[in-house]
Amino acid sequence: MEEHFQHLYQALSQVDGYIYPNEIDLHWGLMIVLYPYITGLVAGAFILASLERVFNVKVLKPTYGIALLTALAFLLVATLPLVSHLQHPLRSYEIFMTPNPTSAMAIFGFVYLWYLMAVLLLEIWFDYRLDFVIWSKKSTGFKKLFYKIITLGINDTDEKSAKLDDKLGYFITVLGIPSAFILHGYVGFIFGSIKANPWWSTVLMPVIFLFSAMVSGIALVMVIYMVVSWVRKVKINMLCLDTIAKYLFYILIIDFTLESLDQIHRLYEAEESFNIIKVLVAGKLNITLIFIQILLGTIIPLLIMGLFQVYKPSEKIRKAAYLLVGILVLIGVFFMRWNVVIGGQLFSKSLSGFTSFKAVYSGMEGYFMTAVWLILPLLILTFLLWLMPPWNKVTSYQD
Amino acid sequence: MGTKRIRENRRNFFKSTIALIGGVITYSLIKPIEVFAQAKEEESKEDTSNLPLWGMGVDIESCVGCGKCVEACKIENNVPKEPFYFRTWVEQYTVKNDGEVKIESPNGGIGGLKQSVPSKDIFKSFMVPKLCNHCSEAPCVQACPVGATFISPDGVVLVDESYCIGCSYCIQACPYGARFMNPFTKVADKCTFCYHRITKGLDPACVEVCPTDARIFGDLRDKKSDLVKFLQKNQTQLLKPHLNTHSRVFYHGISSEVK
Repeated sequence: MEEHFQHLYQALSQVDGYIYPNEIDLHWGLMIVLYPYITGLVAGAFILASLERVFNVKVLKPTYGIALLTALAFLLVATLPLVSHLQHPLRSYEIFMTPNPTSAMAIFGFVYLWYLMAVLLLEIWFDYRLDFVIWSKKSTGFKKLFYKIITLGINDTDEKSAKLDDKLGYFITVLGIPSAFILHGYVGFIFGSIKANPWWSTVLMPVIFLFSAMVSGIALVMVIYMVVSWVRKVKINMLCLDTIAKYLFYILIIDFTLESLDQIHRLYEAEESFNIIKVLVAGKLNITLIFIQILLGTIIPLLIMGLFQVYKPSEKIRKAAYLLVGILVLIGVFFMRWNVVIGGQLFSKSLSGFTSFKAVYSGMEGYFMTAVWLILPLLILTFLLWLMPPWNKVTSYQD
Repeated sequence: MGTKRIRENRRNFFKSTIALIGGVITYSLIKPIEVFAQAKEEESKEDTSNLPLWGMGVDIESCVGCGKCVEACKIENNVPKEPFYFRTWVEQYTVKNDGEVKIESPNGGIGGLKQSVPSKDIFKSFMVPKLCNHCSEAPCVQACPVGATFISPDGVVLVDESYCIGCSYCIQACPYGARFMNPFTKVADKCTFCYHRITKGLDPACVEVCPTDARIFGDLRDKKSDLVKFLQKNQTQLLKPHLNTHSRVFYHGISSEVK
């Protein structure tokens, strides 16, 4: 407690202008930056997978399984930073028991559960069921036991059952697209619906969150696909990689356009809050917003991928460039969440001053835990790829 | 025969899976609405017209910035003494001759607010006591995911300490900065109009100690109350009226500089 007070006294000494006295402490820190980031990665990865299956973009097939498992690995972790940030985490179940129907946050719990249980797990199950049956006969030990249990006793291997799996899987994917949109649009709404905060309160927020989610999810799957291929020592399918990059390019353009529209709108209308937001963007957020999010995370990737649309250098250069673009975009979107969550709390609702944010290394809200929540899904993904490798699948849905 | 049985099992499995998914969807859809329906039912059962409707008037012209109200509030309500936690505080506005507005509230005004601007530079100066505005369209109540913060039948915005999960969403939603996360109870904390006092017929602590009667507390439904008389006699304004929170704290003599 004393440490927390020391931290606040230090922040108090750095207040710039006037802030309401209760505003010195930032109530939402790194954990709430992570929450929309991770949820966005899930939605984005899933949408990439769906693109391939529902819209029949066949060249993306090598990434279908990876994208689905990536979505699952991150979805399993998505709520953990949120729950760990609660002052009373053991009461978190109350969100499901007595949800307040007017609260954006309450309904998110149901959207999340729906997405995990009814969409992602079912889609993966239908996609893998036949493989589980076959693998359960071939493998031994833990894997055999797992495959046996996960088949849920449905051991049919005939063509008809495979067709049925495919049909139901397709149906769920179709259902999954609006679900993924709702999942992440909703996260945007949690911020966009706060009228007290002019930096958050914009009707574009859910749309911006959705497109940046797609951008980050696609970039993540692109990077993971490359890394997994290198680890497995298999050749990267360049047609597939180029196509992912093309989609990333288009969606990043839409995302950047929407975010610019939002800022231009603020600039032009120049409402009451404009004076403070101007100082926020030029001062407190200049590095994270202008340099990292816009320049590194958006403009440089756009230039690189834009160039590749007209001029294609050798595969080696393209691969290196895509890896760089993927990582830059992932960093850029992380800081987009940062700029929304932290940026929105740096200025006072009195619109007359600023507080400061200083992240710590230790503790539940520190850098260390942030790294844990980002690495954990990658470990889960590694485990899932080991347990149910998409490249070892004997079957795939019908072409 | 064997395969037929398996197929039947499979069909049954799909049936139960579909039933399960259907169940989850229906439950997800009905659950929030059900709460809504319950809330409506409760409302219709309870007739609040014979209850008081609490509100407060703040007379800017009377406030001298002594900070006694802030001190009394902290003692009465066991608010942490550190200068980051306030259920009420007093702001000192100083408009300088060059038009610049300086706002200060060191330690919420406890110990009395002192003028830091030399008097030759001052165009005008005034004090503004702040507290929870007890909005009738409260953004915090709207945002709370579990319904731990609510409006009492007599119009006071309260927090159920045994129920709050500590997500801070209400703090983000409050336009007035009136809420804080209590570091000891770990739940959202705010002005209750001293609910434990007003339900016994006493005034809130801040009103009780104010030496200049700058805070006027009362029942908005009681036409003879000091508050209603204050509202009748004076032109009053709400804070941030454009946010449509319909608050029940009315300010008299407020200047356009006040945020």
